[in-house]
Amino acid sequence: MKKIMALVLTLLLALGCASALAEGTTEIYFLNFKPEIAEVYEEIAATYEAETGVHVNVVTAAAGTYEQTLRSEIAKADAPTIFQINGPVGLQSWKDYCLDLSGTEFYEMLSDKTLAVSEGDAVYGIPYVVEGYGIIYNDAIMEAYFASENKSTEYTSMDEIKNFEALKAVVEDMTALKDELGIQGVFASTSMAAGEQWRWQTHLLNMPIYYEFRDLGGENTILTGLDAAEITFSYGENFKNLFDLYTNNSVTAKGLLSNKTTNDSMAEFALGQCAMVQNGNWGASQILGVEGNVVADEDIKFLPLYTGVEGEESQGLCIGTENYLCINSQVSEEKQQASIDFLVWLFSSETGKAYVKNDLMFLSPFNTFDDDEMPEDPLSREVLRWMDMEGVTSVPWTFASFPSEQFKNYVGDALLEYLQGSMDWEGVTQVVIDSWQSERALGA
Amino acid sequence: MQRTLRKFFPLFVLPTLIAFVIVFLIPFVMGIYLSFTEFTTVTNSQWVGLKNYITAFTANQEFVNALWFTVKFAVVSVISINILGFAMASLLTRGIRGTNLFRTVLFMPNLIGGIVLGWIWQMIFNGILYHYEMTLTYDARFGFWGLVILMNWQMIGYMMIIYIAGIQSIPGELYDAADVDGASGWQKLTHVTLPMCMPSITICTFLTLTNSFKLFDQNLALTAGAPSKKTTMLALDIYNTFYGRVGWEGVGQAKAVIFFILVAGIAFLQLWLTRRKEVNQ
Repeated sequence: MKKIMALVLTLLLALGCASALAEGTTEIYFLNFKPEIAEVYEEIAATYEAETGVHVNVVTAAAGTYEQTLRSEIAKADAPTIFQINGPVGLQSWKDYCLDLSGTEFYEMLSDKTLAVSEGDAVYGIPYVVEGYGIIYNDAIMEAYFASENKSTEYTSMDEIKNFEALKAVVEDMTALKDELGIQGVFASTSMAAGEQWRWQTHLLNMPIYYEFRDLGGENTILTGLDAAEITFSYGENFKNLFDLYTNNSVTAKGLLSNKTTNDSMAEFALGQCAMVQNGNWGASQILGVEGNVVADEDIKFLPLYTGVEGEESQGLCIGTENYLCINSQVSEEKQQASIDFLVWLFSSETGKAYVKNDLMFLSPFNTFDDDEMPEDPLSREVLRWMDMEGVTSVPWTFASFPSEQFKNYVGDALLEYLQGSMDWEGVTQVVIDSWQSERALGA
Repeated sequence: MQRTLRKFFPLFVLPTLIAFVIVFLIPFVMGIYLSFTEFTTVTNSQWVGLKNYITAFTANQEFVNALWFTVKFAVVSVISINILGFAMASLLTRGIRGTNLFRTVLFMPNLIGGIVLGWIWQMIFNGILYHYEMTLTYDARFGFWGLVILMNWQMIGYMMIIYIAGIQSIPGELYDAADVDGASGWQKLTHVTLPMCMPSITICTFLTLTNSFKLFDQNLALTAGAPSKKTTMLALDIYNTFYGRVGWEGVGQAKAVIFFILVAGIAFLQLWLTRRKEVNQ
């Protein structure tokens, strides 16, 4: 009896090994950048495997560690077949691993071909999402404020908030009335924990840098920025305007911000503890998904990042992308093709598109999507509304030209020290200017 | 018997030797080689000579700062851990009630991993500092003393066990003889216990010294170097260099080689110094 059992078990084991080997050839390895939608990708992978039999292995890098994870994963024998880069700067580090995608079905689907990251005729990265960010506000709380008898500003609706001056007046008045409004602060915590500073050292910093490069002329601030060996940070005061407004009217005291994460901020917003939070439309799932969310869908609105620059009444949201998909050029051709097939399926088949629209909530730049197939979450709709608004110009994502990740981290560190009082604003300005120069020199 | 042993010696040693070569010797040699190259992945490298070593010191002050922070930390924690560990050991060798319980309790922190400890202590410190509207990253000094307290809490129990073994192995006659000579408690400590414990002291200073230099997970979990990398220790700085900046893998590797030479050098010096004081029984 025992002998038979042993024999059967051995056979089973051998079979298991054999089947594992057979599967190995068509396995796709997708290294995901966005932790907030990791679960959706798992589900998509399962569906795809059920439909086609191709196994998709989804691995998600923790927030702020994508470069590290990619670095160690790509050295393995079983390397990621699909990974992503953040634009032209990222391409420089990963060019050896990026497959030329020109002529592939996936590239053909891209509606605006200029969005892709390319060099000469070769196309290396294809954007899969267009995103916008600004100040997300809770309209219900704003309405409550505008209706209040105790308010001391003359503004009566959000349509009148068209510049920093108006925003500051309203926010500071709201802070005075925060008990009446039932909030703990106007702005959600300015998250300064390690790896959680990107909303400030990347997204908010985009504003002064964009205006600086805009003043230099040229058709594209990103290209101007990539050539800039140094900057003057001439709009630094504008950055300080909004940053100070955030932290002086925050839910959390300045000294405690180094503990806060983006998730904390989004939860504060969802729970109605604050009226505003700076983030992008990708944060929709974080608001809607929080247990005990008290914010109604129709109350979630966007406001541009007003920093007190002249003529900012016509400024829109920051619209762009830093998410480009690449196919690993160093894996077998079979795997490359399987990876492309998977992406084509995701962004063009009915099942795939349903996921993109309803669960991933991407505004995709692909011609396979009709107008009525755009996501329906409140923030994506707001992004579309701002993009189509008369007389409003969107701000591009000039931060794609920032010299390196380290540059952003140095600025983030300086901002934290500024908040904690161990560095003055002069010091922060110096850090921004110096680290731009030194990091650009290192990258050249 | 002897002959059989000698005959099969290579066979018995072989598994360990293979493991040692694969997981230690080859990576070590490769690592030294890679420190002279520029590489993205370990199988894809170009020789650049000493460039990485020069960059490590000249590009910015981070490595030097981390080195000083580590040295300061090592000095403070080696002294405090050993003094406290020895004090605990001498208290718990006097036969007071509950000795075994105390020994177990004091040893237990050592069984918890560094990352977990870092998080726990971060919560404790932040919980206290919360009342003053501050966090652990408010000031680099907070991070420094936080690390010292954390390491003391973790290592004292371990060192205590080693010291207890040392103290218990001292023959009782020595104390009897000291009593006859009229030695005071302090004299007994400095002239009998300490010299007889020298082997334990050698081990304990070695362990605390090398651990302080190699400290990584506690550092990462407690402060991650904040504010502005002022509480970054050597190992964390190497990690940040390697993974934080594209094209700097070689520099990180060069820093790691310097780090190895430094730790090995200090450890040998310390062993040589304390060994000289050991008494032959």
